[in-house]
Amino acid sequence: MSDTAAFPTRSSQRASRRPLQAPQALRTLLRSPLGMLGLAWLVVIVVASLTAPLWLPYPIEYQDFSAVLAGPSAAHLLGTDELGRDVLSRIFAAGAGSLITTFLAAVVAIGVALPLALIAAASSARIETIINRVTEIAMSIPALVIIIAVIGAVGTNLYLVMTCLGLLIAGGIYRVFVGQAKSLQSQLYVDAAEVDGLRPAMVSIRHILPNMATTIFVQFVLVFAIGLMLQAGLAFIGFGPQPPEPSWGGLIQSASKQIYVHPWLMVPTGLVLVFTVLGANAVADTLAGGQGAPPSQVALGPEARRRRRELKAAAPVAVESAPEGMLIVKGLTIGVDDGPELVSSVSFEVAPGTVLGVVGESGCGKTLTALSLVGLLPPGVNPREGSIRWGARDLARLDESGLAAIRGREIGFVGQEPMRALDPMFTIGYQLAGAVRRLRGVGKADARAEAASLLGKVGIVDAERVLRSYPHQISGGMAQRVAIALALAGRPKLLIADEPTTALDVTVQAEILSLLRGLVAETGMSMVMVTHDFGVVADICDEVVVMYAGQVIESGTVHDVLGAAEHPYTTALLAADPHAGLGVVGQERLASIPGQVPQPRDWPTGCRFADRCAFAQPQCVVPVPLIARDRGDGGVRCVRVHELQLGRLDDPVPLDAATPVDGGADPTAPTTAAAPARNGKVRS
Amino acid sequence: MTAETLNAADVYAGIGDAPPPVLEIEDLVVRYGRGRAALAAPPAVDRVSLSIQPGETVGLVGESGSGKTTIGRAVLGLERVTSGSIRFNGRDVTNLSAKERRALGGDLRAVFQDPYSSLNPRLTIGSSLAEPLRIAGVTAADAAARAGAMLESVGLPADAAARYPRQFSGGQRQRIAVARALITNPSLVICDEPVSALDLSTQAQVLNLLADLRAERKLSYLFIAHDIGVVGFLAQRVVVLYRGQVMESGPAANVTTAPVHPFTQALTAASPVPRPAEQAARRAAREASGVKTAGNADFAGVGCPFAARCPLATELCRTERPPLRAVGGSLAACHYAEEAAARPIA
Repeated sequence: MSDTAAFPTRSSQRASRRPLQAPQALRTLLRSPLGMLGLAWLVVIVVASLTAPLWLPYPIEYQDFSAVLAGPSAAHLLGTDELGRDVLSRIFAAGAGSLITTFLAAVVAIGVALPLALIAAASSARIETIINRVTEIAMSIPALVIIIAVIGAVGTNLYLVMTCLGLLIAGGIYRVFVGQAKSLQSQLYVDAAEVDGLRPAMVSIRHILPNMATTIFVQFVLVFAIGLMLQAGLAFIGFGPQPPEPSWGGLIQSASKQIYVHPWLMVPTGLVLVFTVLGANAVADTLAGGQGAPPSQVALGPEARRRRRELKAAAPVAVESAPEGMLIVKGLTIGVDDGPELVSSVSFEVAPGTVLGVVGESGCGKTLTALSLVGLLPPGVNPREGSIRWGARDLARLDESGLAAIRGREIGFVGQEPMRALDPMFTIGYQLAGAVRRLRGVGKADARAEAASLLGKVGIVDAERVLRSYPHQISGGMAQRVAIALALAGRPKLLIADEPTTALDVTVQAEILSLLRGLVAETGMSMVMVTHDFGVVADICDEVVVMYAGQVIESGTVHDVLGAAEHPYTTALLAADPHAGLGVVGQERLASIPGQVPQPRDWPTGCRFADRCAFAQPQCVVPVPLIARDRGDGGVRCVRVHELQLGRLDDPVPLDAATPVDGGADPTAPTTAAAPARNGKVRS
Repeated sequence: MTAETLNAADVYAGIGDAPPPVLEIEDLVVRYGRGRAALAAPPAVDRVSLSIQPGETVGLVGESGSGKTTIGRAVLGLERVTSGSIRFNGRDVTNLSAKERRALGGDLRAVFQDPYSSLNPRLTIGSSLAEPLRIAGVTAADAAARAGAMLESVGLPADAAARYPRQFSGGQRQRIAVARALITNPSLVICDEPVSALDLSTQAQVLNLLADLRAERKLSYLFIAHDIGVVGFLAQRVVVLYRGQVMESGPAANVTTAPVHPFTQALTAASPVPRPAEQAARRAAREASGVKTAGNADFAGVGCPFAARCPLATELCRTERPPLRAVGGSLAACHYAEEAAARPIA
């Protein structure tokens, strides 16, 4: 379409030459040794076959009667057949025909399946159903029978045979394509294009097709492999090209006749065929699986254990056990193996019966910190330094079996997405009772009763009905209650909650927070609450640590940190919260922080917030220690904290007394900090 | 109940001298699915009317399943309207075809929630931005120039046009999405949760950007969000939805600080503020208010959808759907709005 051709602007053409989009797949391929090997083999075979007439040592029908059925020699590198013909020459002479006809099958299969899939995905449910039924019929036809019938009717015209094969395979390929096309069709950028009035055909070409490139290629390669096997099979049973014209199947057929006399003859052709099919599959596998697949856990298991051992050996910290029920994290540093640091020297304590809030923006390391407390860091991410004291043990150095003994029993965990804590295949009763049995060692009947009482504890009224339900039958709020009940099954003394209410409606969030507060008061357990919401911190936490770019930048009681924040980041973040102004009407601008949280590899050695800080000065480029708060207990990581006194100016200002300050104000004037927190009229 | 009594714009703007609204939704009903089962369930959007004046921002607030996103999608033509009408600048845009929508010439645009799926990963930013202009017949060179200028006005360097979405952070992508929406100089932008996927500091940047652009370009927004704090910042008027129905609508100040509908009261009371002492008082008030849990509040489609959770609900609420009527400075769909308004709330 002329529209598409005209679309790329000059700048985008320039950009597309950079190694970005399609080469991404290629890079995946290059990184995998197996995929690389497969690709190299395919390239060699294709090039060698297509150029065969130029380099073949012998004409294909040349017979060397002095060497019939000979093994490899200098004259005949792969030996000769029963007529004294050079095997190497025959394999590659046969290659071109085999490859081209197989290629045809793949082109036909993709060429039929892809447009059908695009049309089905873009059309109404009725048209999609019609296309589905038609392809199902095609899929139900036994391909080999049809092909043999075609050969019987019109003779061995390989082009026709492979076209037939392509058509018959297209049904299956369509299934793969339509699934992806439909999921792409539901992307918001497709909606945006539809709002613009882009024609449906153009939506498919511009927004769906390019994103399917990898799948298309993978399917192409797979069909190619199937076609090759089928063609060899046909030739083997005598439906291939008639002798003397060489074909891979024909070569194998003649080799099989000599199998007892001269087994070698089978080896070269067989290997070429097997390697070509394996090569195609390896390329397809790499491309299909390489996208966003997590690193192999099997490979990382021993590696992670080794690193834990190293940490154990490297830093034999004084074994100072924490008091019962107390969590003491000291200097905890977490990093990617052979990669950047993600959490830098984090320290905090959680006393029994208290709630600690860990608050910050995404990418600040708060979730990793929480996960490390239960030994659930993702593969390839490990603690590097520091300690996590829980009773007499150090969780940073504990092995998997030690962690497993603590997880669920002493320390519970609740994640952001409650549905992920529940297996969709089993009823809630089965899962909850199972957890109770495992963690408390009670019998089946007792476990069921205990599961019901746990659900009652988390505020579920009709426990029996919920126990019988499957996870998809309950609401998100209900699922989070169940997840909390699961976490409580082992009567933990500490509950780690990672954004437990972020995915919930605000009225449900209030209910869950009330529930958690009640549980803490009732059971005396302590809690670490990870959140990005200062409102949640104000609601439920006693103490809080504010994290920024992997560091704790401010800590203290909730009253001090939220009421009289001393770090410029905390004050700025509080000012940016639209809820701070809930009830303040006619606010024209929110205070905002320029830029964004830096990536771990870009963390500066000095203050990590300096780039975005309104108060940054030359002295901020040196590493900043956590120093005592100006007022109250806790720490602040800012060299200018005593000079700025952000906290002092904040609290006495009445709600509407603060005058707006212009963006050009002297950043050293302390009033700029007070104003954004209360009125919000600062720079953007 | 007629459409006139529902039309909030008339109440505030005064009938007659008000300019014609940019958007007028009347008695909108959207049902999902077909067949008897779909008809038995309450519709996703149930007789919703609202209007937006030129230069005005109307906030649409509600929890998940309230139908707020569906209303936005119906206006954009992405959801089939079952009944009711949508008029945009005086023109009926209910269930338009792609061709008819093209004829709107980019006057009605959208910013979506997820900055990661709202830009095609295979297209450069410049190409994505130019698309609506190219559809409208602008030449490639002009479109590229306007894309560069638009990127600068949302605070990104013009050379961002040559890059791909994955080279930008969530906040930057949302700026790009705003740029893409505004490049055709629309009069109305549907913002569907445009900041809910963003962190606090970037959220504030994008909200300020939307406020600035509105002032510069005399834009109207239909601002859809679950967060009443975010809506209260940007909107002049707020419409509160529950289970597809309008519960309350009125000036933002009224709805966010002095709500008269028990659901709006529950919603504002549940939104935590970052001040511990104040939050403790709000929590106590909320817990005392007697709002029942959302967990066992099924709604069969009869009466007030909030009745199962409402502390003031009576038999009347469970059998008769309350009409929207003026209470204080707002409109509320509640039989007992006066009683609710008189209650002390957080």
